[in-house]
Amino acid sequence: MEKIMLKPEDKIFKNLYNNHGWEINSAIKRDDWKDTKDLISKGREWIINEIKTSELRGRGGAGFSTGLKWSFAPKKVGSRPHYLVINADESEPGTCKDRDILRFEPQKLIEGCLIAGFAVNAHVCYVYIRGEYLNEGKRLQDAINQAYEKNYLGKNACGSGWDFDIHIHYGAGAYICGEETALLESIEGNKGQPRLKPPFPALVGLYGCPTIVNNVETIAVVPTILRRGGKWFASIGKPKNTGTKIFCISGNVNSPCNVEEEMGIPLKELIEKHAGGVIGGWENLQAVIPGGSSMPLLPKNICDTITMDFDSLIENKSGLGTAGIVVINKDQDIVECMARIARFYKHESCGQCTPCREGVGWMWRILDRVVKRKATFSDIDLLSDVTKQIEGHTICAFGEGSAWPVQGLLRHFRKEIESRCREEPLIKKRTNNPYLVDQHLLENKNA
Amino acid sequence: MSLKKVHDIQPKDFKFSNENLKKAEEILKKYPKENKKSAVMPFLYLAQKQNDNWIPLSAMKYIAKFLSMPYISVYEVATFYTMYNLAPVGKHFIQVCTTTPCLIRGADKIVKLCKEKISPNENQISKNGSCSWMEVECLGACVSAPMIQINESYYEDLDEKSTIEILDSLIKDKPLKPGSYRGRKNTAPEKEYSANGENYA
Repeated sequence: MEKIMLKPEDKIFKNLYNNHGWEINSAIKRDDWKDTKDLISKGREWIINEIKTSELRGRGGAGFSTGLKWSFAPKKVGSRPHYLVINADESEPGTCKDRDILRFEPQKLIEGCLIAGFAVNAHVCYVYIRGEYLNEGKRLQDAINQAYEKNYLGKNACGSGWDFDIHIHYGAGAYICGEETALLESIEGNKGQPRLKPPFPALVGLYGCPTIVNNVETIAVVPTILRRGGKWFASIGKPKNTGTKIFCISGNVNSPCNVEEEMGIPLKELIEKHAGGVIGGWENLQAVIPGGSSMPLLPKNICDTITMDFDSLIENKSGLGTAGIVVINKDQDIVECMARIARFYKHESCGQCTPCREGVGWMWRILDRVVKRKATFSDIDLLSDVTKQIEGHTICAFGEGSAWPVQGLLRHFRKEIESRCREEPLIKKRTNNPYLVDQHLLENKNA
Repeated sequence: MSLKKVHDIQPKDFKFSNENLKKAEEILKKYPKENKKSAVMPFLYLAQKQNDNWIPLSAMKYIAKFLSMPYISVYEVATFYTMYNLAPVGKHFIQVCTTTPCLIRGADKIVKLCKEKISPNENQISKNGSCSWMEVECLGACVSAPMIQINESYYEDLDEKSTIEILDSLIKDKPLKPGSYRGRKNTAPEKEYSANGENYA
């Protein structure tokens, strides 16, 4: 039951590998900025309805309906201006799609910004790029300057009658700023610590004004959807999981790559056709993280049949997330891989909510003990308990993002963990430490 | 959130150079007049660039005054974000990504090489005084793993051999070009698959 691969003419990002040049004139040859004025003249209602028809879901991880999000912006501008903010703070381990859009398809993003800005009544757009992507940011700035030269931005942008400006704001190496309210805090010049929701940014966002925050990929596909029609986009993929998506395939594959494919493509087909297969063959597969490090891993038996879309991954207690696929084969120590992810979360927790700030450290230390074969059986239950204490008890979704991968490991690889644990508690070995001090913490310089 | 130590020896004064003052004015234009505080992050970058890639406390005080905000708020921002260096780093500042996608393709070997070639400990300046290295979290180039960032540029698709060449070139102060070290174009799939994955570190 082999499915046909995505037709070349249905690909949205034709310059994903920079085969044709990123400059504005090459982009125009690829139909960017074609009839933008006409699209805008059809009005806000039409744009938002067309995006709703396309059933486009946000590409940043949560998979929220983009048309619906835009419709939350107040219909009329009151005393406060509206803002559009683009989230290019791509830091989810396993994900590197936005980087290629910024480098090689910047005009798609810029045109999308203009259309989205018009649709949500925003005259100013901030693109929040992670600080490490300095070269990508410079590229985007060059592309923005080229667009200004052609009067596609600025006063009466593209002849549409709408004034529109785009500014770049660099982050500085904080993963948490990918969370939309932390990102807004960061633009305002504060520490990137998430805000309580509600109020949602659509009503009270940047500088207290109505703000729509969207991912780079979400905005970059908008112009093509409007040009070819929402129905065209909805005809690709599966119902409620429509369109194309850039998948990043990394880890133990023969040929790691970024590739744009149809939503709902079987995972096995994706890995074998585009990434050259698992190193050592499909039978050598141990597990796959399907959507960036926050999503629980899937063992081989699920990978055999799973399709890559939001809903079927949720059915299997995982998620599409950012579609950053990390393939782990049997040559790897699965617990070590997940312990490293726990260390990532320990490093990146913003420290605002106690369950997350303390819990992520606990998870890392317990998993590290398992890797070093120093854990006891009671540690496994403790680990499971800690993940439950974090999940749902934090302001933002970072808590879930850090707890889910560990829960996934416990769900699918409990036997593996048990085989490394031992009966006797460590405390019996040495008791001259102060009460309630974690023995392991004292031994570990970096804890 | 990162653990960072403020450097022991601090310069007394800090002022933006004339060139940076002009850049600062440009930056302020991006944000609404009543929200100049937003400029604190770009200003810290300017200060870091002007002061050999690290931010002294006097620069934070200067920026606080410039933007009329409390010094502690600037300090908060400078210590929260990992990319602001609060102590000197090498002229060639190497950041090795060691998060899972890089780890499973051999980032630990790159760390080992850095320890051998640059300095035994992270954030320690090398003997010749021009390089330092540190382990960092995901740099967002996972399909090009393992990879390192040197100053602003990404060096991708590394293995042991190419890492040695790059590190040697830094020690000699003649850095090699950034990009893929397996000769592939950006993030496109390679046509010839490596047998058993032998071509990675």
